[in-house]
Amino acid sequence: MRGESVVVVGAGQAGCQVAVSLREQGHRGPITIVGDERAAPYQRPPLTKAYLAGETDLAGLVLRQDSYYDDHGIKLVRDERVIGVDRQARVAVLGCARTVSYDHLVFATGARPRPLPVPGAEHVLNLRTIADADAIKQKLDGQVGLDVVVIGGGFIGLEFAAVVRKLRHEVTVVETQPQVMQRALSAETAKHLAARHRSEGVEILAGKSIAAVKEGFVELTDGTVLVADLVVAGIGVIPNSEVAQRAGLAVDNGIIVDAHLRTVDPRIHAVGDCARFASPLTGGLTRLESVQNATDQGTTVASAILGSAEPYTALPWFWSDQYDVKLQIAGLTDGHDRTVTVGDPAEGRFSVFCFRGDRLIGIEAYNRPIDFLMGRRILEAGSSLTPEIVARPGFDLRTSQQQAA
Amino acid sequence: MPKITYVSHDGIETVVDVAQDDTVMRGAVLNGIKGIVAQCGGGASCGTCHVYVDPENTKPLSQMHQVEDELLYFTACERRENSRLSCQLPVTEEQDGLVVHMPEKQL
Repeated sequence: MRGESVVVVGAGQAGCQVAVSLREQGHRGPITIVGDERAAPYQRPPLTKAYLAGETDLAGLVLRQDSYYDDHGIKLVRDERVIGVDRQARVAVLGCARTVSYDHLVFATGARPRPLPVPGAEHVLNLRTIADADAIKQKLDGQVGLDVVVIGGGFIGLEFAAVVRKLRHEVTVVETQPQVMQRALSAETAKHLAARHRSEGVEILAGKSIAAVKEGFVELTDGTVLVADLVVAGIGVIPNSEVAQRAGLAVDNGIIVDAHLRTVDPRIHAVGDCARFASPLTGGLTRLESVQNATDQGTTVASAILGSAEPYTALPWFWSDQYDVKLQIAGLTDGHDRTVTVGDPAEGRFSVFCFRGDRLIGIEAYNRPIDFLMGRRILEAGSSLTPEIVARPGFDLRTSQQQAA
Repeated sequence: MPKITYVSHDGIETVVDVAQDDTVMRGAVLNGIKGIVAQCGGGASCGTCHVYVDPENTKPLSQMHQVEDELLYFTACERRENSRLSCQLPVTEEQDGLVVHMPEKQL
């Protein structure tokens, strides 16, 4: 095989996408993916959903069939780490001391759960990998009515809460902020999502902090004691950037890359959860944790390696499934100062349009997939919708765009 | 295992064994068949796994839910009577031999 060799450090969604896109775009050189998990590259989002619920297994999660990698000349090294990168010699050093030389190296090292900074954190399980999910399943296995405490009311915590509630356990979510999903969602959407959880019988303790975790219970700082057969935390992640840092690359809450996802070393890129990139959308350095970001950045870097000069400009989007709620978010709603709600929250179908000043920056669609898809398009094209237009009685995104067209 | 036939926009047929209870979308993605993007991995969130079920099809198919129905108005290629999102088409022995045609583009 001829052509430049590419080493991808990390076998998650982003790393796998780099390799897949390289082959799809005609790259002929050797490709090596090194991942520290035993499983072949798989999708993480179903871990908090279908996988924990027992509706699918690893075979249902893998991104490609095992034979795909061989068939496409992609060397997949599993259960192994890259522990160092020698940029002068252009080699990646593996944990077993073997080296792999590269013309291009891509960090797709992902992130790891932020440890809970309280005594007794060893009693707390995380939910990031399939091994984490299996450990939780083992604790829950075959039983009902266990007391489960979820620390953190973000995407992971609430998705997990929804699925264990469906498995008929008693669930309490502890969140330090006054409202769940405070960082990720508008107050309006967060409020309805919290109400939905409560109506399902999940207890949400907002504005509360953990003092300590002990075998069988959790202590809050206000003295409350919660009985806990299982404690799972989802309080954010820490990007895996240590190897990049040791290689002399800039690191600050992620591996710093430019708008082309390139580090200061033109032969090294970073993609996915570990990459903090210069975003034209925010005008600053941004790090995103999502499937969309992982796959679109993977594709962008594959193109860059093959000579494209296109920067990464994809519109971010996210989704979360909880009970029968399909929550889809187009754009980055962070920093909005005005919202307009369309639809009927009481019926469980509405969208929150998020504005900064008069500019639409994102849409949260709560069981309104059309608003999500149309929202992506108008945000990509540059929207002229103002809060006043959206607030008009009878406003409908679909008809408003037909009129504009 | 049930066999599903994927016909690319330029008429190339690929036959794939799809595991029981996987979906038509997964069968394509797992095997690296181009023409189905599936940005969201099967969450009925993105509308990029659009297929046209073969017009001669006699195999039973899953019922279409509202979300799929709505998403199908926003696919990159025109919606036809036989349009489906392949992530919403589970595969069992009953679908053995199903033929789907892929649209020109998904994005």
